[in-house]
Amino acid sequence: MKSIADIKAIRERMQSQIIMRDNSDSDEIRVVVGMATCGISAGARPVYNAFIDEIAKRNLANVKVTRTGCLGMCKLEPIVEIYVPNKEKVTYCHLDAEKAVNIVVNHLVNGNVCTEYLVNNEE
Amino acid sequence: MYRSHVLVCGGTGCHSNNSSKILDEFNALIKANNLENDVQTVQTGCFGLCTVGPVVIVYPEGAFYSQIKVSDVKEIVEEHLIKGRIVDRLLHKDDHETADNKVTALSETNFYKKQTRVALRNCGVIDPENIDEYIAYDGYQALIKALTTLTPQEVIDIVLKSGLRGRGGAGFPTGRKWQFTKDAVGDVKYVACNADEGDPGAFMDRSVLEGDPHAVIEAMAIAGYAIGAKQGYIYVRAEYPIAVNRLQIAIKQAREYGLLGKNILDTGFDFDLEVRLGAGAFVCGEETALMTSIEGKRGEPRPRPPFPANKGLFGKPTVLNNVETYANIAQIILKGPEWFASMGTEKSKGTKVFALGGKIVNTGLVEIPMGTPLRTIIEDIGGGIPNGKKFKAAQTGGPSGGCIPASLLDVPIDYDNLTAIGSMMGSGGLIVMDEDNCMVDIAKFFLEFTVDESCGKCTPCRIGNKRLLELLTKVTEGTATMEDLEKMEELCHYIKANSLCGLGQTAPNPVLSTLRYFKDEYIAHVQEKRCPAGVCKKLVSFTIDKEKCIGCGMCARQCPASAIVKTDYVAPGHKLPSYEIDQSKCVKCGACVSTCKFKAISKG
Ligand SMILES: Cc1cc2nc3c(=O)[nH]c(=O)nc-3n(C[C@H](O)[C@H](O)[C@H](O)COP(=O)(O)O)c2cc1C
Repeated sequence: MKSIADIKAIRERMQSQIIMRDNSDSDEIRVVVGMATCGISAGARPVYNAFIDEIAKRNLANVKVTRTGCLGMCKLEPIVEIYVPNKEKVTYCHLDAEKAVNIVVNHLVNGNVCTEYLVNNEE
Repeated sequence: MYRSHVLVCGGTGCHSNNSSKILDEFNALIKANNLENDVQTVQTGCFGLCTVGPVVIVYPEGAFYSQIKVSDVKEIVEEHLIKGRIVDRLLHKDDHETADNKVTALSETNFYKKQTRVALRNCGVIDPENIDEYIAYDGYQALIKALTTLTPQEVIDIVLKSGLRGRGGAGFPTGRKWQFTKDAVGDVKYVACNADEGDPGAFMDRSVLEGDPHAVIEAMAIAGYAIGAKQGYIYVRAEYPIAVNRLQIAIKQAREYGLLGKNILDTGFDFDLEVRLGAGAFVCGEETALMTSIEGKRGEPRPRPPFPANKGLFGKPTVLNNVETYANIAQIILKGPEWFASMGTEKSKGTKVFALGGKIVNTGLVEIPMGTPLRTIIEDIGGGIPNGKKFKAAQTGGPSGGCIPASLLDVPIDYDNLTAIGSMMGSGGLIVMDEDNCMVDIAKFFLEFTVDESCGKCTPCRIGNKRLLELLTKVTEGTATMEDLEKMEELCHYIKANSLCGLGQTAPNPVLSTLRYFKDEYIAHVQEKRCPAGVCKKLVSFTIDKEKCIGCGMCARQCPASAIVKTDYVAPGHKLPSYEIDQSKCVKCGACVSTCKFKAISKG
C-alpha cells in the first residue's frame, strides 16, 4: 500500500519520464501504439510486435514501446505515435508490420520521418 | 560473434571522397580501443547515394551516416560503438519535404483542432495498463484532494455547481443524484457504473474504459466518499473483452497501490470495486434493469419511483452513472466547477463525446463543447459526406433518438435543444445519412432493433412496437394507406405514454421524428408506391432504356437471377437487339446498373 507522499513521488518521477511528450531532457524515445478495439481490429497487434522485434534486433536500448487507447480517428488505425525527446510528436497511420520495420530504421535510428505514412489532412 | 558491424562504402564515388582513409581510421581507432573482437569493419560496394558520400552504416541499429569526414570517425567510435549512442549530428537527413496536405501529428489535423478533450483527455495518450502513467497525468490527485481536504458535502457541492449532467442519455444533474443518495436513509449504499452501452453504433464508453480505466475507478471512489458507500459495481457488457480486461488490470493495480480497498491512502476511507458482466441485452442499460441484473436476476426494469437513490441495488440507496459522466469527475474536482461550467451552454455544461459513423468521411470518436452546432461536427470535424453526396439527416440518440434534417444543422447541440427538435442526446451515437438513405427504412431499422430488444414485461412496448413495426413494414412495401400513417402516429403516442421504462417510452422516436421531417418520403411510399431513395426493395424496379441499350449483353451475364432477356427490338443506330428485365424474376440487387457502360439501366 502506498501513502499520499508515495503517490506524489510516483507522479513526479513519471512526469519527468514521460514529460518529453512536452519536450524535456529525457532521452527515451517512445513508440505508442493505439490498441483500443478499433486499433486491434485493424491490425495493431502485428504492428506492436513488429516494433518490439525490430527494436530488439537492432539493440535499441533507449526506445520503449507502449500501448494506448483510442486516438479518435478510428478509420486511420493502426495508428502509432512517436515521441522523440525535444522533437514534435509524429503520428503514423494505416500501419502494418512491414511499415513498422521501416519506421524503426528510418525514423528511430536515422531520424528521418517516413512522410509516406503520415496522416493526410485532406482525407 | 561481433556486436557491431561498420560498413564503409568503397564504391567509386565514395572512394574518390577518401572513404579508404575513413576505413583505415575506423580500423585504427577500433584497435586502439580494444574493440577488434566486438566490432567488424567491412568495405562494401556502392550504396547508390553517391551525392551524400562517403557513407557509413553501423549495424545492428542500421544507423546511416552520410558525408563522413576522417575527423568524424573518432566521434562515431566513441559515442556509437563504445557508448551505444547514435551520433545524431552525422545521420543522413532525408530532406524530402512533407507534401502539402500531410501533417506530422494527428493533433494538427482539422479533425482534432475543433475538439476539446475532457473525458477523452488520456485516451490515446497514456498506457491504460500502467497506473503510473495515469498518475503522471494527475491521476488520483482528485481522490487525494477529496479525501484530505473536502467533506462529502463539499464534493457534492462542487459537482452540483459544475452543472454536470448524466451522459448516459437522460441528462439528469449528477450532483443532485449524488445529493439524493447521500440524504437517503440507510447505512449500506452503493455506487454503480453503467458501461452497458447498447446503442447500435456507439462506442464512447468502450473507448474510455479501454483508454483510461483509472479515470472511472477514481471517480467512483470519489462518489463513494461523497455518498457514503464502501462498494461499487461496474456493469460492462461481455462483448467488450478488451475493456473488461483493462478494467480488471486497473482495479488490481489500484488495489496494490492502496487506492482501492480498506483504509485508502491511510485516510480511513474504505472502498472497493467489482466488475459485473452483462450479456448484451439493450434493456439492461436501463438503470433498474441493470441493477436487477447485477443482483443476479433476469434483467427487467421495474417502475420508478422508488428511484435508485432511495432503493437501488439490493434495495439500498445507489448512485448509478454512466462511464463518460464519471470520466469528467476527477477533472471537475481538480480544476474546479467554474472551469467546467465555462464550457457549454446555459443548461448543458462541459463537453460531450460522440461516436461518429455512417456516411461521413472521418468516422471516429470526437469530443466537443456542448453547444457546438451539428454542422461543425459533420462538416469540419467529420470532413463532410463522402463521394460528393448530399447530406440528408443525422441520427442522434440511437434507437431512442430521432433524425435531424439539414434545415436544423445549425442548432447548437445540447440536451434541451435536441429534445425540442424531436431527437435526444442519448449516449452519443451520431449516425450520418446521405441522399441514398431512405428515412422510412432507417426508422424501420431502429424499430426492428427495439422490438427485438424489448424485454416483454409491459404490453405497450411488447405489442405496441410490434404493431408499429408491422405498419411501418406496410409502408416500405407500398401497401399502406394514408390512414395507416395516422394510425402509426397515434400508436406512437400511446406507446410513449404507457410503457414501463425508457425503452418503450422512446422506441417510437425514430418513427415520429422521420414522420415529422420526412413526411414527403412516407407519402411517396404510400401514394406513389415509390421509394425516393431507391432502397425499399418492394418499391424499386430496374428498367432498361431500349433506345440506349446497344445489346452487348453484359448485364444479362451479370444478372444472378437470369432476369435479363434479349428482345426483338433493334434501336435506330444500333446493330444488336436490346435487352429487357423480367420484373417477376428481378431480385433488385442492382448489379446490372453498375455493369452497364452506356447508362441504359435506371432504378426507379
Ligand atoms: C433502454 C435503455 C437503455 C439504456 N442504456 C444505457 C446505456 O447503455 N448506458 C448508459 O449509461 N445509460 C443507459 N441508459 C440510461 C440509464 O437508465 C441511466 O439513465 C443512466 O445510466 C444514468 O447515468 P447518468 O446519469 O450518468 O447518465 C439506458 C436507458 C434505457 C431506457
